[in-house]
Amino acid sequence: MRQETEKGYFGPFGGRYVPETLIHALEELEEAYERYRDDPEFGEERDRLARDFVGRPTPLMFAERLTRKWGGANVWFKREDLAHTGAHKINNTLGQILLADRMGKERIIAETGAGQHGVATATVAALYGKECVIYMGEEDTRRQRLNVVRMKLLGAEVVPVLSGSRTLKDAVNEAIRDWVANVDDTHYIIGSVVGPAPYPRIVRDFQAVIGTEIEAQSRESLGGDPDAIVACVGAGSNAIGAFHPFVGRENVRLVGVEAAGRGLATGEHGASLAEGRLGVLHGAMSYVLQTEGGQIREAHSISAGLDYPATGPEHAFLKDEGLAEYASVTDEEALRALQTCSRLEGIIPALETAHAIFYAEKVATELGQGKNMVINLSGRGDKDVEVAANALGIGSEEVDAVSGPDPSPSTSS
Amino acid sequence: MNGDRVRGAFREGRTALVPYLTGGYPTLEGAREVGEAYLEAGADVVEIGVPFSDPLADGPTIQETTTRALANGADLDYCMDLASAFSGRVPVVFLLYYNVIFARGDERFLQEVAEAEVSGLVIPDLPVDEAGRFAELAAAAGVAFCPLVAPTSTDQRISRVGELATGFVYCVSVAGITGVRDTLPRGAIELLRRVRARTGAPVALGFGIGSAGAAVEAAKEADGIIIGSKLMRLVEEGGAERAGGWLREVREALSGLVEAGG
Ligand SMILES: Cc1ncc(COP(=O)(O)O)c(C=O)c1O
Repeated sequence: MRQETEKGYFGPFGGRYVPETLIHALEELEEAYERYRDDPEFGEERDRLARDFVGRPTPLMFAERLTRKWGGANVWFKREDLAHTGAHKINNTLGQILLADRMGKERIIAETGAGQHGVATATVAALYGKECVIYMGEEDTRRQRLNVVRMKLLGAEVVPVLSGSRTLKDAVNEAIRDWVANVDDTHYIIGSVVGPAPYPRIVRDFQAVIGTEIEAQSRESLGGDPDAIVACVGAGSNAIGAFHPFVGRENVRLVGVEAAGRGLATGEHGASLAEGRLGVLHGAMSYVLQTEGGQIREAHSISAGLDYPATGPEHAFLKDEGLAEYASVTDEEALRALQTCSRLEGIIPALETAHAIFYAEKVATELGQGKNMVINLSGRGDKDVEVAANALGIGSEEVDAVSGPDPSPSTSS
Repeated sequence: MNGDRVRGAFREGRTALVPYLTGGYPTLEGAREVGEAYLEAGADVVEIGVPFSDPLADGPTIQETTTRALANGADLDYCMDLASAFSGRVPVVFLLYYNVIFARGDERFLQEVAEAEVSGLVIPDLPVDEAGRFAELAAAAGVAFCPLVAPTSTDQRISRVGELATGFVYCVSVAGITGVRDTLPRGAIELLRRVRARTGAPVALGFGIGSAGAAVEAAKEADGIIIGSKLMRLVEEGGAERAGGWLREVREALSGLVEAGG
């Protein structure tokens, strides 16, 4: 792998900082991956399901009205929002369920924040008839009730996590604890390019289908590479997937957009590349939001998918090597971009994606007319309508009236 | 060297008793009382858990104590102070996650713990693959490195752990997280035997020893017994006194074993 400088590492980043109990499982996973990644039968099965089940390839669409409004480079959308379950997450879960199946694992576990990865995992577990347990911070089960219902409909058990801050990072801890105790029959489908090696590389490779398609589609529609690719960065999987084939090509600007939350200065954000320090979280060395004493800080973002206090080790490497550039966008700016995109292009993007869209205006302007910029439209915004409605004050009475009684005894907002 | 005291605590013909406490739990002052109760009960080594926000290897009981300890304001410096309170009498080892060390800087951390007379380190998320450089620095600083093995470790890895261990080898009794279990998990004894066959370092068993019976059972193969979750639960229920009282029973049961077993 070009970007893997040493087995399991991207420069000084990555590694395997996990309890000894897990080492065996990680080695087993690595072996299975090496065995099957180039296996024709594996590839065939994956490609068939990618086509028939997920709906790949997803289109590369010219966003004409946004292009006109911004007045800069041509804007193209890579439509991952059209993938089954509504986001890029399924590219990873599909690849991993195939691996799990070949490894003879009958039980699947995963963590989820907003519920998108949980839904994508429950979906492939259903497809392969596997038992499925999803860990989700108790906070998040309340914020994302709809996705909890989706996971349950798909036959998964959703376990609310009560430890620590009761959000995504604690759900990852809990999933890892489950895995430590059940490594024999259980595969852990981690949700992004994080965790101990070989996860960051495996997830990257499964998401690289996005970039590979962009490359082929650009050749067809533009006659060559785009001039820039812009993607949001939570833990980093959709961005790495879109960037991967283009890393190191001087003619393509790769731009990752983190969550600035309430503003970098407030400390309430998810911008670990901009504001984090080198450290270890969930088994990997990378940039991590932490206190002076090394305690992990809680991240904040209006989009649950960017609400994670670290970034995948490969992004840390790309940043330090100057192979990609990173920026950040606030909650408020993302909300504005969500509205702009909805009204001009008829696509309600996920709030995560909206971060990329906001920053893309700047990139389009810098590039100028005649250039081509691809925004990775990582997901659709159906899951976010409640958050957006609350934040924008859209018809809150009607929303309350149809959403039924709240089981928690909190006062009405 | 200070680190040699860890090995010194594992004496021939006697099972070393290594009780764990979370630094700063139930309160900053209360943790000191817990440690005193352990010493009175006959602890050979005291293991202090330095609280971390994301303790991957720990089950709910210990996690809860670290969450509380952090809320109480416990940090690395406090834990070093706490260690000094006991280290004149028994060797103290720290159990901590690597990020807490890394945030301080490996070398500075080692220098400071050596000054605080901390004798050894157990780092659950620093497996031998990542530990090479750190283990060397620890050896140079005279702080004993106590790596872990698990039932899932291959023989080859166990040998590597044996090479790096300058303190004891920490045998994780189950493929699982910390927590209270009444009986000794199957496979624990087998693991102890596998480790013994591959290293001359003292071998201690931990994770989930929850009864005097299990401790006695383990002591037939192990040089030392590490008890954590059970004691933390007893502290929660009845304070330092309850934990100390129970630990004394374990000490006595283990002594009986030596007499009976010869
Ligand atoms: C639509 C969408 N985009 C982006 C993300 C962020 O994850 P990543 O950075 O791994 O792509 C998420 C995570 O839930 C998501 O649902």
